[in-house]
Amino acid sequence: MAAPYDLKDDGVVVIIGSGAGGGTLGNELAQRGIDVLILEAGSRIEFEDFINDEWESFAQLAWLDHRTTGGGWRVSKDFPNLPAWIVKAVGGTTTHWAGASLRFQEHEFKTLTHYGRIEGANLNDWPLTLAELEPYYTKAEDKMGVTRTNDIEGLPGNNNFMVFKAGADKLGYKECHTGRMAINSADRDDRMSCQQTGFCFQGCKWGAKWSTLYTEIPKGEATGKLEVRPNAHVVKIEHDKTGKVTGVVYADKEGKLHEQKARIVCLAGNSIESPRLLLNSHSAKFPDGLANSSGQVGKNYMRHTTGSVYAVFEKPVHMYRGTTMAGIIRDEARHDPSRGFAGGYEMETLSLGLPFLAAFLDPGAWGRSFTSALDNYANMAGMWIVGEDMPQEQNAVKLHRELKDQYGMPIPDVWFTDHPNDEAMRNHAYKQGMALYSAIGAIRTFPTPPYPSTHNLGTNRMSDKASDGVVNKWGQTHDVKNLFISDGSQFTTGGAENPTLTIVALAIRQADHIAKEMAAGTI
Amino acid sequence: MATIYDNRRGISRRELLKRGTVGAALIVSGRAVISPENAWGLEATALSPETVATLILIARDIYPHDQLADRFYAIAIKGQDTRAAKDASHKALIEDGVADLDKRAGSGGYRGLSWERDRVAILREIETTPFFQAVRGDLVVSLYDQKELWPIFGYEGESYSEGGYIDRGFNDIEWL
Ligand SMILES: Cc1cc2nc3c(=O)[nH]c(=O)nc-3n(C[C@H](O)[C@H](O)[C@H](O)COP(=O)(O)OP(=O)(O)OC[C@H]3O[C@@H](n4cnc5c(N)ncnc54)[C@H](O)[C@@H]3O)c2cc1C
Ligand code: SF4
Repeated sequence: MAAPYDLKDDGVVVIIGSGAGGGTLGNELAQRGIDVLILEAGSRIEFEDFINDEWESFAQLAWLDHRTTGGGWRVSKDFPNLPAWIVKAVGGTTTHWAGASLRFQEHEFKTLTHYGRIEGANLNDWPLTLAELEPYYTKAEDKMGVTRTNDIEGLPGNNNFMVFKAGADKLGYKECHTGRMAINSADRDDRMSCQQTGFCFQGCKWGAKWSTLYTEIPKGEATGKLEVRPNAHVVKIEHDKTGKVTGVVYADKEGKLHEQKARIVCLAGNSIESPRLLLNSHSAKFPDGLANSSGQVGKNYMRHTTGSVYAVFEKPVHMYRGTTMAGIIRDEARHDPSRGFAGGYEMETLSLGLPFLAAFLDPGAWGRSFTSALDNYANMAGMWIVGEDMPQEQNAVKLHRELKDQYGMPIPDVWFTDHPNDEAMRNHAYKQGMALYSAIGAIRTFPTPPYPSTHNLGTNRMSDKASDGVVNKWGQTHDVKNLFISDGSQFTTGGAENPTLTIVALAIRQADHIAKEMAAGTI
Repeated sequence: MATIYDNRRGISRRELLKRGTVGAALIVSGRAVISPENAWGLEATALSPETVATLILIARDIYPHDQLADRFYAIAIKGQDTRAAKDASHKALIEDGVADLDKRAGSGGYRGLSWERDRVAILREIETTPFFQAVRGDLVVSLYDQKELWPIFGYEGESYSEGGYIDRGFNDIEWL
């Protein structure tokens, strides 16, 4: 068969979501000659149509369906309907992302072994090692054109980076550079090089930054084996009486429901929608939701221990010019319990435009202490902290008891509270970040609270054992053989690194596995 | 609809910065709030013009930037009037909230308090109320999302049409 596919075609692999996980998997399967249909809830917006304007772009791309949030984190008070900042469009959150592409460290696949039991944390070892994933990391880096890998040059440093680097040198940090970024430092893969426009979070209008929207997806489509169906919002996954999945039900643009048959279903809706869809697909056979015999679907929601530090200097910085995430310090990424916490964190430059900085610098704050910070916008530098957070069972994506979405399905209610380890790490990182800027003459520094989650992980976690995890080492659900999870919700633990490179590596590896099993006729 | 009549003379940024705005009085005339010095007016449709004038000052007291003229705050709170026109409960929320502030301020009302310090003290008393939350929550977007005020803060906004910053100072820092 060739794309497009019929609703009744039960030979097709259906992927839900077209972001880092789904978009990559779709192309990889199509390259192997497999019929693939990606159902994507959002619409298709090509990169020329992205908007260099923070709020307008947010309205164009962000997932704005109704969500609620609770728990002890500050986001639930400041942004009660925006637990996460993710995208609803073809390309998923790879349209918004900054491009930082880091491999996990070896010990981060085995945290239970290396950190030991930590009270309140639901730590587990991945059923995977770094060595097993390494060949796929190499493929992912090549595919994404990650700088400082495959002989690709690093990006030039912008002003925000130069301030950051000067501070890093003063503090004696050794590993500070312009990062491993999935952003072209020179023309590559028919895409041009970064023009330093500074709107990476709003979608790269030059296509210099990797996004599945204009790499994986058109490449897959060119094989004739991949169809991407936008404005197709999956509301339920269906199964037969043997417990195999048989297809999905989705709503089109007008809200009309369609049933799409499938041989295999791969779920890649990001870590809030993926567990929500499994929970909403409960049936007489699976009363607690699909693939949920472990009870872990939706649990162990992780979002990385984050925070930002902004600093005001006497003279101009213009941090918004050039790549949004323009450099990294890796010295604190190691596991070193002498600092008072397990795991580590990365420091990465970050910049927000004036409208977003006003909204996120200190949400809810007002008066001169707040506005005098913005008065010095031109003289500001900024960094983001991203570290490993502890999986906790009560941090979870649940179905809301009363509220329903536009299709009558219960909306997700996202619960999160920091673990004491998360707090200790964040405080350490704030101190280091403020010291870094103070060392080179910052007048004021601002330890800025976490934004709505950009990294969402862990809610369908991987484990060897069907009793404490949802999927096996291939992302295949323990309970349903022809149902796979293909996004960051597979993560057993989060590592200190930004997650996308690992999501992409896992998707390439999963494609190999699915192709092999299909050929063997086992699924 | 509330309308902002633009200043027809087109004040330059330098002039704007020079011109202290704190003393510049707003005049309520008919349904409109007028800034005679800067030649703009804001017509109130649902809210009383007095309420609109007070909202403009509240907006400045919440996010005080002395380099910003009143018109930016007027544009920022315009949406409250628009919403009040569509939603009676919102209208009541705003009118009652302002009336409450006037009462707390004493005989001269909120606008009668000359020192920002005294007005802010009253705002602190009510900062958890739905009225304050509604005004501040809207304002943090409606104020800072005005493209016209970005240059005053040194933010350059859209850059794609200029070819990005690759040849326009992405790495021009000299003081390090
Ligand atoms: C501002 C920002 C900056 C970031 N920077 C970085 C970075 O520098 N490095 C890094 O590693 N990561 C970064 N990230 C995170 C990165 O974008 C995500 O980790 C990654 O995109 C997640 O991939 P995914 O496939 O799990 O989900 P997504 O990319 O979010 O894709 C999920 C897709 O599924 C669709 N979908 C969901 N539910 C349904 C449904 N029911 N039916 C149909 N379709 C559905 C969604 O519309 C979406 O398109 C950043 C994120 C943000 C927001
Ligand atoms: S800074 Fe570079 S990568 Fe980011 S949006 Fe601009 S051109 Fe694209």
